[in-house]
Amino acid sequence: MNAWFETYPWLFPTFVIVGILAGVLISTAVLIYGERKIWAAVHMRRGPNVVGPWGVLQPIADFLKFILKESMVPDGANKGVFLIAPLVSVILAISAWAVIPVNDGWVVANINVGILYLLAVSSLGVYGIIMAGWASNSKDPFLSALRAAAQMISYEVSIGFVIVTVLLCAGSLNLTDIVHAQDSKWGMFGWYWLPLLPMFVIFFISALAETNRPPFDLAEAESELVAGYMVEYSSSLFLLQFLTELVAILSMSSIAAVLFLGGWLPPFNVAPFTWVPGLVWFLIKAWAVVLLFSLTKVIVPRYRYDQLMRLGWKVFLPISIFYVVLVAGVLVTMGWLPK
Amino acid sequence: MIATIFFYLFAAVAIASAVMVVTARNPVHSVLFLILTFFNAAGLFLLLGAEFLAMMLVVVYVGAVAVLFLFVVMMLDVNFVELRQGMLKYWPIGAVVGLIVLGELALALVTWNINPNALVTAPVAAASGVSNTEALGLLLYTRYIYFFQAAGLVLLTAMIGAIVLTLRHKANVKRQVIADQVARSPATAVEIRNINPGQGI
Repeated sequence: MNAWFETYPWLFPTFVIVGILAGVLISTAVLIYGERKIWAAVHMRRGPNVVGPWGVLQPIADFLKFILKESMVPDGANKGVFLIAPLVSVILAISAWAVIPVNDGWVVANINVGILYLLAVSSLGVYGIIMAGWASNSKDPFLSALRAAAQMISYEVSIGFVIVTVLLCAGSLNLTDIVHAQDSKWGMFGWYWLPLLPMFVIFFISALAETNRPPFDLAEAESELVAGYMVEYSSSLFLLQFLTELVAILSMSSIAAVLFLGGWLPPFNVAPFTWVPGLVWFLIKAWAVVLLFSLTKVIVPRYRYDQLMRLGWKVFLPISIFYVVLVAGVLVTMGWLPK
Repeated sequence: MIATIFFYLFAAVAIASAVMVVTARNPVHSVLFLILTFFNAAGLFLLLGAEFLAMMLVVVYVGAVAVLFLFVVMMLDVNFVELRQGMLKYWPIGAVVGLIVLGELALALVTWNINPNALVTAPVAAASGVSNTEALGLLLYTRYIYFFQAAGLVLLTAMIGAIVLTLRHKANVKRQVIADQVARSPATAVEIRNINPGQGI
């Protein structure tokens, strides 16, 4: 296998691209089934149990249902924007995976400004939502798009400052280098979740808001706005919107795993742990964060919109700015700045 | 080779969408084309090897400034028929302004001597192995620190100005006191009474 990779230099990148793309799409199917089972378990229900053994074929049934139904475009909709919006969303959501390393060197584009690329892609993601909401030419989707956009922009600010603290400790904008910087003799206690614990908590909560997940799913608050900016979408176009949300959850969890949980690193640098391949550790960490996302959805009641804005601007922003100053000060006075 | 193809792709889309910004009938479409123009300009920056500038252009202009444009334009109640009527009245002024700008550009470009070497040598990353993020940081925070701080102060002034212009504290409006809301306990909010059947309170 390795000999092949040396003879054909394009072979390994192709494997990585196809592997990551296939992995993300399969993971969304697993996520649909897994989340519904988790919520059902918390509610003491059965969850999907009809299609296939234990209902595991439910995602396939859902998929068929989405693509076989009739696609409808509302009469008053702005047709071009209406059709482009879900495409913009889904392409941006998947393109975030270009810089996320799933193992040492297993990354589509190992660029210098990986973190900035992620911020850029996630800030572009707002457009898919605003375009969908506006082009639907209907009140509820538009209100919901405004809410979603304001929410995503607000929480991006505090996510940005949280990332700055990580960058200060790692000394690089490259995600692979950030994981290498967490490789210390303390094993899992040297990963940034412990030294930057308050930042990890803020990152997790902001990630919930950034992906419009409960308790911050005000964009699709079904009791007030029907179901958010995708009300007018049906069939395949709705499938794309749905896929966008799921991929965003997966990529946010993976970013949390890379920035705070040491990416592909084993928890301890001793024998039984180092035998396990890095990809497996990465998957365990990313899915652990996904599990937290699902549990949060089912245990926590929804926020009010003004509370959400207050939390973002008046609580998280000052705390994260204070931590940037604190971390920088500690690193400089102790002489721990990375070279 | 691939870089050349992408250069012409980004440049062509940037120019075409810039034209569409002006000619599109729907203002929201104009803003969306403006965003496409920004995005392609970022692509051109990437081809020049200025990846930090490219990402900043997307994060700041596309991610923040253009969203504000879009909000404002979507909220506006524009009457398109009225706009068309103004068109006939104002086109001579517009044409004069356009001609003056065109003339000035022509004067500047005709007399501009371009160093022939500048066209041949594409800018390359510094050989010292310093990425352009680091290089920009070193320059901004050492040599140009006062200008950097001054720019920050200008932005701060603008921000305070915008807040002062829009913030109105109305009297007689009941405001939320978050501390009171958080400090509220069941003991202060709920009273439990034992009511016998058939009797009121």
